[in-house]
Amino acid sequence: MSILIGRDTRLVVHGITGREGEFHSRQMLDYGTHIVAGMTPGKGGLHALDNRVPVFDTIEEAVRETGANTSCIFVPAVGAPDSILEAVGSGVSTIFCITEGIPTLDMLPVVEVVRAAGARLIGPNCPGATSPGRAKVGIIPGSIHREGSVGVVSRSGTLTYEAVQAMSDAGIGQSTCVGIGGDPIIGTTFLDVLQLFAADPDTEAIVLIGEIGGSAEEEAAAWAAEHLRGVPMAAFIAGRTAPEGKRMGHAGAIISGGRGTAAEKVAALEAAGIRVASSPTEIPALLREAGYRG
Amino acid sequence: MKIQEADAKLLLAAAGLPVPPWAVARTPAEARAAAERYLADGAGRVVIKAQVLVGGRGKAGGVKLAGSPQEAEDVSGRILGLDIKGITVRNVLVGPAAVIVKEFYLGAILDRASRRIVLMASAEGGVEIEEVAKANPAAILRVEAHPLLGLLDYQARELAFGIGLAGPHLRDFVKIAKGLVATMKANDADLVEVNPLAIIRESGPEGHVERLACLDAKITLDDSALPRHPDLEKLRDLDEEDPADAEARHYDISFIHLDGSIGCMVNGAGLAMTTMDLVKRAGGEPANFLDIGGGAKADRVAAAMRLILADPKVEAILVNIFGGITRGDEVARGLIEARSRQEREVPMIVRIVGTNAEEAGRLLQEARFETAASLDEAAEKAVAAARAAGGAA
Repeated sequence: MSILIGRDTRLVVHGITGREGEFHSRQMLDYGTHIVAGMTPGKGGLHALDNRVPVFDTIEEAVRETGANTSCIFVPAVGAPDSILEAVGSGVSTIFCITEGIPTLDMLPVVEVVRAAGARLIGPNCPGATSPGRAKVGIIPGSIHREGSVGVVSRSGTLTYEAVQAMSDAGIGQSTCVGIGGDPIIGTTFLDVLQLFAADPDTEAIVLIGEIGGSAEEEAAAWAAEHLRGVPMAAFIAGRTAPEGKRMGHAGAIISGGRGTAAEKVAALEAAGIRVASSPTEIPALLREAGYRG
Repeated sequence: MKIQEADAKLLLAAAGLPVPPWAVARTPAEARAAAERYLADGAGRVVIKAQVLVGGRGKAGGVKLAGSPQEAEDVSGRILGLDIKGITVRNVLVGPAAVIVKEFYLGAILDRASRRIVLMASAEGGVEIEEVAKANPAAILRVEAHPLLGLLDYQARELAFGIGLAGPHLRDFVKIAKGLVATMKANDADLVEVNPLAIIRESGPEGHVERLACLDAKITLDDSALPRHPDLEKLRDLDEEDPADAEARHYDISFIHLDGSIGCMVNGAGLAMTTMDLVKRAGGEPANFLDIGGGAKADRVAAAMRLILADPKVEAILVNIFGGITRGDEVARGLIEARSRQEREVPMIVRIVGTNAEEAGRLLQEARFETAASLDEAAEKAVAAARAAGGAA
């Protein structure tokens, strides 16, 4: 097994005929992901990716015709909230939104509708997820992974690649690697993913990669202290040198009013018994020290 | 994006909130003229406030009262040109000084944990809310606006009663509280703060009246939403901004200037922060945060190089690229071209892994760039290079 995506994933890609959508869909398909449909309004009836994937005008039609259960959104920021709502309204249960730059307040009603429908949204502004050897959804390069039993959850993109590459190089494979996104308002939090990993029989250890801003790492640490004793864990927090009051690239990476600092997050994780690496390259060693034998 | 108090007051007034009159003055003469008007209209004194985007202007001498036009001219003359935390005061706000009966705090924020707009109120107004939060957190009341319906009347009433604002001001408070949330939504703000919200005393034809008024205003706008608010983009205060920021925005580069000697060029925000952290761990100080973004091509790489080299303190440059969407060979070509044009020779350590890294490595080797295999090694080499170049690492 794995979390969020796996062999049962039947993916529909919003914006499959766009430049980004097409490029990454090809990579996903090459990785072995079941892309059952694409969606671009007005291009229904066409076939994308060298005739391998049927394109529909609506997600509702894509779901009905192909049994899609997961969606991946590559549409621009103006249209992305609508894409999420269309997926929810069409009964898609797992929605990845890769789009960056969605106005934050637009996401408040969207996450509420997703929650009320019992669906799951990952992102926005996230790189997606990979369950190595099974499926990948989003933009994470497939080549960095290795099959294994460590669950990885992160707010970043390339920083995650760095950490995962270090793990794979050290012979430590992953069950699922999830990028939850760098925006202030996201559908799935660290805590949500920890709960999924805790229930996944294939995940034996967990790596959490956080950064400055907000308090989601602290909330996850508090839960882990209570529920994940005995699960080997390691963490990394980016932004120890970040100044106060500046948005560090990600809309959500900002220290405001002295809150959301790396020091606070490191302290909370360590108080929960989780070792925090000072470089992503130390993560494999910390996992071993925490008792991971896989 | 932060906006000045005078602009924030404009947005509140546009939403129908009670904001006392004000004028913005650029010279002591303009301040004097405004003061004459308000004093003639019956104000006992005028308040003169420095318009800067940093906190603590009161303590820095940027907020003063004046009782006559001459005093207003003198006082504003002292405030204009004042240096407040590195910012030179260019404008002052002039308005009638209110007779304050009681001060409150009222603020609408975007709360990440609850994924809601949260309205906070406190009877301890006029002081920094962060201080209240530390000293007496129970003095701050919070309600979460409904994600679909917004702030409801009963929620606003709960806050009013909680801070002891019953009786004649209840109805106005509800309007103001809902107005704050409406202002937040209308302008895509992350924060709308009125501190103090005050009961002020005014004398009218029928004697004294007391009413609620927004005496200060602080609004932070969501950068991601600015493209759909061209009118708000005009409120950006370019005088208070690093000139490099405008160029960075033009090329869609995330750039933050810092104090160190090692320039950093990275793809991805998390990795860019990590690169800075590792420079520090290796004993150096980062000169900047710089994320060239996904899929960067040669022109963006060249622009990033110009931004970094514009800082005379930079003694070494560390380039760290983990190719995913970004192709390593594109970045390498951009670096080679940028170096051929740059005016200042600075040691550069380049580390490129991921998509097309092999081709990148070959190009960099041919062009005799110094490369590094791992991030840790790259950081150490960059710090050593800055030391050798005489930088205070």
